[in-house]
Amino acid sequence: MAEVISSPVALAAPPGPLREFWLSFRANRGAVIGLWVVLALLLLALLAPWVAPHAPHETNSAAFLRPPAWQAGGSIQYLLGTDAIGRDILSRLIWGARLSLSIGLGVVILSVVAGIALGLIAGFARGMVEIAIMRLMDIVLTLPSLLLAIVIVAILGPGLVNAMLAVAVVLLPHYVRITRASVVAEVSKDYVTAARVSGAGTLRLMFSEVLPNCAAPLIVQASLGISTAILDAAALGFLGLGAQPPSPEWGTMLADAREFVLRAWWVVTFPGLMILIAVLAFNLMGDGLRDALDPKLKR
Amino acid sequence: MLRFVVTRLSLIVPTFIGMTLLAFFLVRLVPGDPIETMAGERGIDAARHEQLVKEYGFDRPVLVQYGIYIGRVLHGDLGKSIITQEPVISEFGALFPATVELAVCAILFALLVGIPAGIIAAVRRNSVFDHGVMATSLTGYSMPIFWWGLLLILLFSVQLGWTPVSGRLAVQYFIEPKTGFLLIDSLLSDDKGAFRSAVVHLILPAIVLGTNPLAVIARMTRSAMLEVLGEDYIRTARAKGLPPLRVVGVHALRNALIPVVTVIGLQVGVLFTGAILTETIFSWPGVGKWLIEAIQRRDYPVLQGGMLLLGAVVMLVNLLVDVAYGVINPRIRQSH
Repeated sequence: MAEVISSPVALAAPPGPLREFWLSFRANRGAVIGLWVVLALLLLALLAPWVAPHAPHETNSAAFLRPPAWQAGGSIQYLLGTDAIGRDILSRLIWGARLSLSIGLGVVILSVVAGIALGLIAGFARGMVEIAIMRLMDIVLTLPSLLLAIVIVAILGPGLVNAMLAVAVVLLPHYVRITRASVVAEVSKDYVTAARVSGAGTLRLMFSEVLPNCAAPLIVQASLGISTAILDAAALGFLGLGAQPPSPEWGTMLADAREFVLRAWWVVTFPGLMILIAVLAFNLMGDGLRDALDPKLKR
Repeated sequence: MLRFVVTRLSLIVPTFIGMTLLAFFLVRLVPGDPIETMAGERGIDAARHEQLVKEYGFDRPVLVQYGIYIGRVLHGDLGKSIITQEPVISEFGALFPATVELAVCAILFALLVGIPAGIIAAVRRNSVFDHGVMATSLTGYSMPIFWWGLLLILLFSVQLGWTPVSGRLAVQYFIEPKTGFLLIDSLLSDDKGAFRSAVVHLILPAIVLGTNPLAVIARMTRSAMLEVLGEDYIRTARAKGLPPLRVVGVHALRNALIPVVTVIGLQVGVLFTGAILTETIFSWPGVGKWLIEAIQRRDYPVLQGGMLLLGAVVMLVNLLVDVAYGVINPRIRQSH
């Protein structure tokens, strides 16, 4: 009996949700390029100890401010040149990929988890709790993002972890708002009422009924959030408030290189280029995810 | 209309109170004794310490301290800078015009380039120009502007020598500050050399600060224009035989600009964020650089007051944009 039913269904099976998602994601050429670049950066970050020609903090007193290999005075030993104390720029950039990607992912995970929790609470509790949470988020949104991050770092003290916390707070309102809005929209639907009537507790309603249905916009926002996190953390590093030298974080490298802008273009150019490439790749991927996951925009 | 304005105003009060709380607790959340933290490595003797504790009111209950703080803020007293001993509000007042001048020029640059680029991209959809605009704007949107500024300095100031590296005015000029806006002041004082100097000092910072808004505005104009161009009334206008330039430039543009106006309002916060970075790169003497220096010098009253004032400015501009939007678009007014 079971065989009779299952075989025709299997023949006419529509593409599964994952496959459908991949088909529409693949149609966006920019998104696919973004994905490849992100994967390449991830690989670079994972393999840093083996790929990088030198250690990130290894100095060479015989090679200060050596230009890139293709310029007069450059050598193949230092492909992208060296900085003011003879460290290999290429190696530092590769090690920096580790930092920047961990910053991006770490900040967004922190922010998404806290944002979902606050959004669920606001959406389910309503009343004063909701007003308090949403007002607080409005305040965070009103302040210019970098200013707020700077204030938080000023309280906690400069450093990579504190900068990450600051950026996570700045990004928080987006996730809280998205979660709350989806919760409010979902809670009044019949399937939630049905679950409630059949005795599901609030926690069960929150996590296994409502939350999966808010996942799409959260995923899109999270992938775009990674680029914001990398950019803001690099900005804090540039202002001397994020990762501290000699850390090979890209923004911190730029801050170090600022005084050599007149003499050595390469120390300034490459770290910024890496930031741009990483941010651009995550933005491209995020745009593609949005097109693929948001049914309203589907072609 | 009055009711709409009052509702919007009433929403601002709790936000402002929240900001004062944040500013108030800023100093108190810093680990360690606030007075010693402010004194920094120089240290401080016991008598002076006692005196400062009294002066800042740290010996009283927190709630009372907050009440006193709010009272002072409402009277426009934001305390004095520890370094210069100048009132925070007058330092802010002296530096703020420089930031506004930079921000206004940046947004003008973004509008003058972004809107035409967006329109042409929409009209020539899928052309090379369209793809170019979209790619450029995505790059501009992802641009770390602190690096972009350094690159432009490298190219235009170092290699070509066209623009100065930093500052607001060449040293040989002195302009009596009347409005605080150097472009206007130098025109008023009828000093052509000073005006030219002020302009060339502004070009690179304005481009750098305008890059992010430019990308957003170009994208927004393009998509709004595409939507409007598909409407029936545009087809009617075309069918009537109106010249294409008039259809696009008058009939379509008017409606396409409504979402763009909103986006411009939202860019105010982005501009101040960018101003902090841009001013740091170009040594532009505005409030952004002032705030960063305040952190480095542990000048907490400046940080506290500056944050509150900048937040208040952003809030007020957003309110004005909202109200202006309500005036333009009656549907918004009624939905509130």
